[in-house]
Amino acid sequence: MESDRITADSVEVTGYPDLARQYRVSSVPKTVLGDAVEFVGAQPEPSLLEHVQDAAARAEGGLVES
Amino acid sequence: MALIDEETAAQLKEEFARLVNPVRLAVFSQALADPESEQVRRLVEELGALDPRLSVESFNFVLDKEKAEAMGISRIPAIAVLGADKDYGIRFYGLPTGYEFGSLVDAVLDVSTGESGLSPETKTALEGLARPVHIQVFSTPT
Repeated sequence: MESDRITADSVEVTGYPDLARQYRVSSVPKTVLGDAVEFVGAQPEPSLLEHVQDAAARAEGGLVES
Repeated sequence: MALIDEETAAQLKEEFARLVNPVRLAVFSQALADPESEQVRRLVEELGALDPRLSVESFNFVLDKEKAEAMGISRIPAIAVLGADKDYGIRFYGLPTGYEFGSLVDAVLDVSTGESGLSPETKTALEGLARPVHIQVFSTPT
């Protein structure tokens, strides 16, 4: 909500075993950011922000025009 | 039989007293291929009926394929939580029960009030985000 560059899915994986395999979901809640960043469990806000920034830095493609 | 029992409905109505702006809930299901997805459609329609500021748009995943594609929805059951004229990119997949149901209600409140609850520091940092980030939170029923 605070950034137009962030989209967020909440996925209840029981109905999507293919996603559980693809993202190696063995314990929950598991959060995957982009393609390269992930963590399990809840994270305090500053830590979550770091993960988001990390995922943005690793994202494919050039910088988005602002 | 209602999916949201009377006690829960009463609690939700109290929570929804905080709503400010209208919120649209778009739900994608398909009775034939995925009977469980119809449960989600019913749940969202019951939720939407609890407050006049909430509206529900029910789509058939097959017949409304273009709509699903436009919203980036490639599997069902799916719920998009939308502002009156803005898509914040918030989606829920699967049956939102237990903790997930609370997350759905929180998303509705956040979109309606325009208040994410994040700190000023986080908001400032997010303004500087250079590239798109797609976040997926995986859970199981609680």
